[in-house]
Amino acid sequence: MNSRLIIANIIRWLILLLFQILILRNMSFYNMATPFVYVLFLLLLPFGIPNILLYLIAFGTGLTLDSFYDTLGVHTSACVALAFVRILFISVTVRDGSDEPEPTLGNMGFKWFLLYAVLCIFSHHITLFFLETFRLTEINYTLLRCALSSILTLFVVILIEFVFYNRKVR
Amino acid sequence: MRNLWIFISRYNAFFFFIIFFTAGIILTVRNNIYQRSVTFNSTNQVVGDVYKNLNVLKKYINLGAVNDSLAAENAKLKTEILSIKNIDTTKETVVKDSAGIPQYTYLPARVIKNSITNRNNFITINKGKADGLSAGMPVISPIKGVVGYIQDVSEHLATIRSLLHKETYISVSIKKNNAVGSLIWGEGNFDYRKAQIKDIPNHFKLSLKDTVITSGFSSFPQGVLVGTVSNTGISAGENFKTIEINLFNDFSTLQYVYVIKDKYAQEQKELEAKLTNEQ
Repeated sequence: MNSRLIIANIIRWLILLLFQILILRNMSFYNMATPFVYVLFLLLLPFGIPNILLYLIAFGTGLTLDSFYDTLGVHTSACVALAFVRILFISVTVRDGSDEPEPTLGNMGFKWFLLYAVLCIFSHHITLFFLETFRLTEINYTLLRCALSSILTLFVVILIEFVFYNRKVR
Repeated sequence: MRNLWIFISRYNAFFFFIIFFTAGIILTVRNNIYQRSVTFNSTNQVVGDVYKNLNVLKKYINLGAVNDSLAAENAKLKTEILSIKNIDTTKETVVKDSAGIPQYTYLPARVIKNSITNRNNFITINKGKADGLSAGMPVISPIKGVVGYIQDVSEHLATIRSLLHKETYISVSIKKNNAVGSLIWGEGNFDYRKAQIKDIPNHFKLSLKDTVITSGFSSFPQGVLVGTVSNTGISAGENFKTIEINLFNDFSTLQYVYVIKDKYAQEQKELEAKLTNEQ
């Protein structure tokens, strides 16, 4: 059970990062909306993961992305911010004795997953875009880019979740 | 101690966040050229603003002196206008190029930072690249003589290597007999009101209170006032001597300066660069 989860996560990591680096890196709508779908990997990490391990994985994932994007530190900080929001959200909404292994759409239901994804993706994107721009004078443009990109990323994430939807039979 | 440990472990998510996020930000700022330049630029902007605001007070205190100098300058300019008007126009020859643009133009600038106490002193002014300044331009103070050269320019500010700097040499001459020497500061005397002139040929007879002006051989235009001779120097059996002068310019109360733009500076530099290649 546990090893199955680990292997599934490693495969997910590989596929999502390759997808992000090879395909989505070259994609952008009018330079306003850029999808960062690799965050789905961090969203889908299992519930039982210790905080320190979650931060380390987020840090490592961000670092890998940064080395391909040539923006050392930007994605790293954004992923760490996402991990923080994820921990807060899960500690508020999910009780300790949850019997679900990981927070997928099928396990947690559409409403919960949507709110979870919106908060995590928005925190990730806002850190990412502000660090990338690194000034407050273009705040309108940055916020617009952030919002449009968040919507696009969210759209793709929900889409992927629906494609791999398997509702547990209770 | 135990309570502290419990506190930290209960809110470990937050503390881990602080640690990892700080690491991310440090990576961002240290390793990306753009973010680094922005950080240091904004820091400089802050420093510049602070100096500007500090200077408001100093400016107010010095208003009287500045007023006097402006009035004196006004008077001087008016006399010049009068003398120009009275010239017989049929005989007048003005040193201008064919388009009627004078060779030297003056750009006033306000001093926002000044120092006189170091061995090498710098002045910061509130004009920069955007106003057409570039490194090496000469700077004078209103009616009172030389200040120095522009050392470095940013978009809206510039630093001046003042005369009170060991690398500053200005070619000057004694007004009455055109003996040429080079003006330096700090040779055994760090008084900001005094300066020395090196390499004055020994055979010139100098007396106290002789006026010293720029010779026009360096980038300063000819005839800018510098100071008066205060010590005619001792000739120690050599061909040249060093004399001491009192500067007209009081560096401690400098408020406004003029940057001189020489229309032909670039041309002259290029021409003279060729000369050294031939040697």
